[in-house]
Amino acid sequence: MTTSSVSRYGIRVFALGYLALLLLVPIGVVLYRTFEPGVGAVWDSITTPAAVSAFWLTIEITAIAVPLNTIFGIVAALALVRSRVRGKRFLEALIDLPFAISPVVIGLALFLLYGRQGWLGPTFTNAGIQIIFSVPGMVLATIFVCLPFVVREVVPVLREIGDEQEQAASTLGASRWQTFLRVTLPAIRWGVAYGVVLSVARAIGEFGAVSVVSGKISGETITLPLLVENRFSNFDLAGAYAASALMAVIALAVLLAMTLLQRKGDAR
Amino acid sequence: MISVSSVSKHYGDFAALDDVSVEVESGSLTALLGPSGSGKSTLLRVIAGLEVPDEGTVILEDRDVTRLAPQQRDIGFVFQHYAAFKHMTVRDNVAFGLKVRKRPKAEIAAKVDELLGIVGLAGYQDRYPSQLSGGQRQRMALARALAVEPKVLLLDEPFGALDANVRAELRAWLRRLHDEVHVTTVLVTHDQEEAMELADRIVVLNAGRIEQVGAPRELYDAPANEFVMGFLGPVARLGDGLVRPHDLVLRTDADGIGVEAQISRIVHLGFEVRVELELAGEAEGSVYAQLTRHEAEQLELHEGDIVYVRRDGVKSLPSAA
Repeated sequence: MTTSSVSRYGIRVFALGYLALLLLVPIGVVLYRTFEPGVGAVWDSITTPAAVSAFWLTIEITAIAVPLNTIFGIVAALALVRSRVRGKRFLEALIDLPFAISPVVIGLALFLLYGRQGWLGPTFTNAGIQIIFSVPGMVLATIFVCLPFVVREVVPVLREIGDEQEQAASTLGASRWQTFLRVTLPAIRWGVAYGVVLSVARAIGEFGAVSVVSGKISGETITLPLLVENRFSNFDLAGAYAASALMAVIALAVLLAMTLLQRKGDAR
Repeated sequence: MISVSSVSKHYGDFAALDDVSVEVESGSLTALLGPSGSGKSTLLRVIAGLEVPDEGTVILEDRDVTRLAPQQRDIGFVFQHYAAFKHMTVRDNVAFGLKVRKRPKAEIAAKVDELLGIVGLAGYQDRYPSQLSGGQRQRMALARALAVEPKVLLLDEPFGALDANVRAELRAWLRRLHDEVHVTTVLVTHDQEEAMELADRIVVLNAGRIEQVGAPRELYDAPANEFVMGFLGPVARLGDGLVRPHDLVLRTDADGIGVEAQISRIVHLGFEVRVELELAGEAEGSVYAQLTRHEAEQLELHEGDIVYVRRDGVKSLPSAA
């Protein structure tokens, strides 16, 4: 074995070991602990009314927040890359803000804005809409923390493909909308797909911001991450593990679905 | 007919086009020729509607299109780097313009097959652009532009990204295609040979202005100024005038007219022999003369020889300076 291959293997062992220690081992422990009491116990634990409600709430919030963010993300990316408007730098920084701010602070900000004593809170309360300690607030929090993902994935792809194909489409008679649907969107679809996967993972797992605005009303405003925390603080470790495993399964299912779609799209 | 009147286009302080007016006859093939930064591509993009001029008007076939979007201009545009729709097959690329016009499927299929036949890509319908060579991609792009039966075909350095031999082949092919299809065509190029070979008329641009418009021979034989003369072919400065190197005559004996010069190098380029000369006396400077192989043999020239150079006939341009 030469020195270079030694160092190459050394780097690989180190990288894999690092990943294993930080990612695989904790996840493995969770899965092991989950199924330690037996599959039946796990099934019982994730089919309690509280768990079922948390599952569907998580899905509901994700199903609202991710499509909205996807549309916003594509529009914002187009504005950042294709338009000649001023203040692009500012818009870019603004979109990155949720990455820079702690989710708890985001939750607090929403609380201050829409809470009972907040700036906008009373207006909404008078209109009969409750935002804080209710699902709308949790959706807002989720949208906020997931905001940058689609934009960040689509912007580099848009930059790379350039605008010549779009110009060609316009000279061939395609309207802006036709150009977007037939040329731009297919060209950026993998960027969008990857952004969606990241957004879904984050939306399912978001704890901090959602925790502040949820009010943790059992069976109403408890999502899966909140359920995990809830069970954990009530010393229901097996229950917490089971709920965690359920979240991992949802995330894996989304990842798998995207991979399959991508395979299908690239099979040519 | 394409009629461009008093068009100006500025990018910040840079004047890409400065009060440009030009007319292109219907059915002709016109080349916009100039160095990079001369405004030739900008002019083409203004005609296409991909750039909006600051001032001036563009009229296509009696219709003022200055404020119209590219979609509404009935044009075909071919880009230097093909701008192929990478996620579509060759068939879908060519069919694109017809599909967005919602033409019947049978009509689209027939038209696409016909065009792919014309551009020599029959049998490539199901390939993707990434599976084609550069020349094939550009022919596909041409078929795509022609599919919508444009009134005007605009080509922006269409062969610029191709190898020399493919380029030569496609040039000849494009000229034949134009003779068959007869669509009014404007081609942007920085290659004077390409312009001379392809075009009926050449518009020479420099620094955002038109220097001269004319048939290739007109421009070559009667250039309006030093720039046009220099851009259309090699020039030699002899005394107070510019002359083509092939219009220089060498004599080994002093005849009182020629300028004395010493041969610094003789380069044999097959049929052409290039004689590099150092001029003596007032003329001073280096020029080269293009001789045929036969002429060079007759003169029995050697490096270091003293010869007498004069221009042949009257084909010289008095220096502007």
